[in-house]
This record gives sequence, C-alpha cells and structure tokens, in this order.
Amino acid sequence: MITFEGVTKRYRDGTVAVDDLSLEVPTGAVTVFVGPSGCGKTTSLRMINRMIDATSGRITLDGRDVREIDPPTLRRGIGYVIQQAGLFPHRKIVDNIATVPYLLGWDKKKARARAMELLERVGLDPALAGRYPFQLSGGQQQRVGVARALAADPPVLLMDEPFSAVDPVVRASLQDELLRLQSELRKTIVFVTHDIDEAIKLGDTVAVLRVGGRLAQMAGPATLLTEPADDFVRGFLGRDRGIRRLSFISAKEVRLDPAPGELAVDEDGRPLGWRTGGGLSSFGTFDPEADSLRAALDAALLSPNGTAVAVDGDGRVRGVARREALDELFGAYADGVPERARGFHEQPPGPGGESPPEGGAETGRAGS
Amino acid sequence: MNWLVGFFGDSANWSGPDGIPTRLLEHLEFSAAAFLIAAVVAVPLGMLIGHTGRGALLVVVSANAARALPTLGLLVLVVLLIGVGTVLPVLIPLVVLAVPPILVNTYEGVRGVDADLRDAAYGMGLRGRQVLFQTLTPVALPLILLGLRLAAIQVVSTATVAAFVGLGGLGRFIIDGLATKTYSSVIGGAVLVAALALAVQLAFTLLDRLVVSPGVRPRAERGADAAR
Repeated sequence: MITFEGVTKRYRDGTVAVDDLSLEVPTGAVTVFVGPSGCGKTTSLRMINRMIDATSGRITLDGRDVREIDPPTLRRGIGYVIQQAGLFPHRKIVDNIATVPYLLGWDKKKARARAMELLERVGLDPALAGRYPFQLSGGQQQRVGVARALAADPPVLLMDEPFSAVDPVVRASLQDELLRLQSELRKTIVFVTHDIDEAIKLGDTVAVLRVGGRLAQMAGPATLLTEPADDFVRGFLGRDRGIRRLSFISAKEVRLDPAPGELAVDEDGRPLGWRTGGGLSSFGTFDPEADSLRAALDAALLSPNGTAVAVDGDGRVRGVARREALDELFGAYADGVPERARGFHEQPPGPGGESPPEGGAETGRAGS
Repeated sequence: MNWLVGFFGDSANWSGPDGIPTRLLEHLEFSAAAFLIAAVVAVPLGMLIGHTGRGALLVVVSANAARALPTLGLLVLVVLLIGVGTVLPVLIPLVVLAVPPILVNTYEGVRGVDADLRDAAYGMGLRGRQVLFQTLTPVALPLILLGLRLAAIQVVSTATVAAFVGLGGLGRFIIDGLATKTYSSVIGGAVLVAALALAVQLAFTLLDRLVVSPGVRPRAERGADAAR
C-alpha cells in the first residue's frame, strides 16, 4: 500500500503543485490520478519514486517512508512508464526491456530470457527483440515501455500518461491489454491521465484532483458517476453520467425472451434483420456473457421495435431483450451501481453492440 | 602533373631521413600526440559539463577564444617564449586547435539528449554515473565522434606548420621546396597532406560504423544497416 500523508510540493517561486494531499493507494489495484493540467497529478506520481521530493508530509510504501530509501534503489523496485515510452534508442528492444534486471545484476542470459517472456506477455512479436526502438510504431514502443517496467517484477507500477501520445484505436487496444495484464498480475498501479474516460475504464479507484493540487474526490468509478462530490467533479465527468454508469452492470442479468418470428436468421442462426413491411430492417446485438447493460441498451436503440438481439460468442441468436426487460434492470439500479466486479471490464461498445475490433490497426502483434 | 611524377617517381624521395616514409611518420607522431592530448582533456570535460550543466559558459568562451587564435601566430609566440629544439612549440598550438571542436561537440551531444530519455533513465533506477555512461554517452556518440574527426583532420592538416620551426613532418617538403624553388616537392607535400586528411576521414567513418549503435545513427544512414 502506498500512503500519502499531508503531502505538499511547493516550488521555490511559490507555486504549489500539490497541496496537503492525503490518500491511500490500495495494494493490487489500479488507482487513477485524474484532473486538468496543473492539478499536480504527475507531480504526485513522481513523488512516489522520488523523481521529485515532497516539500512536506510523507509518502510511505508498505509502511516505509520513501525518503529513507536511496532513490536508485527505490526506483529499481518500482516500474515506471512514461508518456513517450522513453526507450533507450541505442539498445535493442530485448536489452531495453532487460534494463532493470541488468541493473540488479542478473546474468545476461536470465535477463534476456525474462525480456523475451515479457515481450510476448505484452502482445508483441518476439521477432521484434532484435530491432531498435526507431523501427517500432508508437503503440509498439509503448508496449515495450510497459514490458520494461515489469521486467524485474516490481510490486508497484507508476504510469504517467502512458497512452496519451497514440491514436485512439491503438490507445483502446493498449488499455485493454493493460486490463488483461492486470487481471493476471495484480500489481499496485498508479496511473495518471487527464482523460476521464480512460480513468473510468481503467481505475478500480479514481482520485480526481483539482487545480492547485487538492483532492476533489476519491471513489470507485461507478460511485463517481453516480455521486459526484461537487460541481467541479460533476463538470469534469461531463455529460451522459447515467448512461456511462450502465457500463458497470453486466448484461448477464437481462431477462431474455425467445426470439420472435419477425427476426430473420440465416441457416447458422445468426440474425439477418427484422422483417418489416417490404424487407429487413436494422437491428442491434449484444452478448449477455461479455457485454454490459450499456451495450444492451445501445442494441435496443438500434432496432426499430426497441428490442435488442442477444447473441452468443459466435454471433448466434440466443433470444431477445425487450425494452421492458431492460427497464426493470434500470429501475433496480436507479439508486446506485455496484463497482465493477473483478474481471468484468466492459469492452467499449462497437457498432451495433457487437464486440469491438481487436487492435487490428497495429502491426507486429503476436499471431492471434 | 609532371611535377607530381617527378616527385613521387624519384626513388631518392622514398628513403633516408628526408624520405616520404620518415616525414610521414614524423607528421603522424606530432598529430597523434596533439590529438590524443586534446581528446583526453576535451572529451571528459565535455561529458561532465554536458551532464551536470555546470560550466557551460566555459565551453562557449574557450571555444570561441581558441577559434579566434591564429595557429601560426601562436606557434611563433610559443617558439619565442620557450625556444626551438623541442616538440612543444608545435604541440601546444595543435592541442589548442583540437580542443574546441571536441569540447563543443561532446558537450552539445550530451546536453542535447532528449529530456524524456534522461528522465526514463533515472526513473529506471540508473545512478548519475550510469546515466552518463550507459545512456547519454552512447546516444551522444555520433556527435562526439564528429568532434574528434573534425579535430583530427584539422590537426593533420595544420601539423604542416611544424616545418616552420625546424621540425620534420610533411611540411618540410612544402617549406624546403618553396625555399629552393623545387615546386615538385611543394606540390608533392601538399598532395601528401591532403591524402592524409582524407585517410583520417575514412578511418573515422569506419570507426563510426564500428562503435555507434544502429539505433542512434543519423536517419539517412540507418535504413540499410539496421533493417536486418
């Protein structure tokens, strides 16, 4: 656990970057620091591994004041991922990943074997090991940055706006990859972003900071959407809070009815459309096992009769969800939404509520 | 052309204390000594100043001052001060000439490394010294080598002035040739100095290939080499 106790950072010119910040970062979960520029989120992150030292207050890591630990030693035990990846241009990818193991004195063979393992783990083709950073795309470099941070298996990972310099499609695939990795690794992750949607997608806990370095609210993402503490947080969260919080409810609970005759299907049982007057009209699908209530609602809105088509993983019709069935669930969750169950991370809804494209825009991923 | 044939075709020019091999060796000796002294002083100093950021003004001031000094004038001054007979009068001006390009390029190379990269290096847990030697220096290496190459070429070309104060080297062919109006010797000497400068250039290009990581070569040179 990482604890901030009354931490303040004041620069010589009198600017206060972080003002009396007290919070706890729980072990094994993702805590996101989010806020507008100038809110001190990056400064707060960098005080954990002493890239910046606090002016007053203290930060403890599993009970130990970080100020007592020699900075290089401290940093070797904490993974660090920065915005532009910051890979060493003169080193091959495999040696970039093995940076911290080399520093810790592992023998070269063991360090490289570990690097190769991580290369695959972050979804990169092992053939990239012998390349240099300039030969990789921005998204690939960022994956290498994550692999490098994980190389010595540190319990804590600090990520400073790691995905903000890549395009939205690559960003989404990197986010999904991080969630997948985290479900296996259970690291204590502190993640800094200015993007509230990213914070809500990735965070088990979200700390919203306001300009001047003060904590506005710290809560689970669903709670944040339901009960923003004040106007600042409400404004920062933006519109559609009601719909966005549906992302935290699994569509598993939706009552399904048998597919009616108006739904045309092909010989494999995949939906073709609703029979109306002369032909087939549009429809929307969701997978109750994998999708959220938000995807189910979206699917319903895409059908002229307001009925969402439930499909299985292979796209075959399992039944339909009528609006009344969805409304029942909306009513049941009107007072609040449970925080995301472990392992249930909604994929961003794709067109028609279908599962989103796999990060296909990026080249060089391990054969999938 | 006839002069060239006359100079290089004369077997007398290829042996003895006045022969091309002897003069070439003398020339290389002054040059190498001056170059090495300059490199030993300027490379570490440039790295240190680039890394710590302290003393940057020193780089600028000394570089400009040294550039403004006329080599020949300095040579005469040093000879007047300490007299002829030793190699020092030649070495001092050559070292003074060689230090600025090495110092400036090394400093600029190290200081110019991307701040994000420096940040990442510290963030991974490298210590100051490791950041300098494992990250900043390899990334700055193309510029450091550029400085060394410029210095070496200047030294080799300028070492010709040793002949003015009675020392050997390829300058002898030029100075003596002028004195005796043996123009084949003047031209031959000049050609030898030029060829030597080109050889130095070539040697540094090869060194570059050998020690600079393909990951930090200038973009234009990268493609063929790094894509394997």
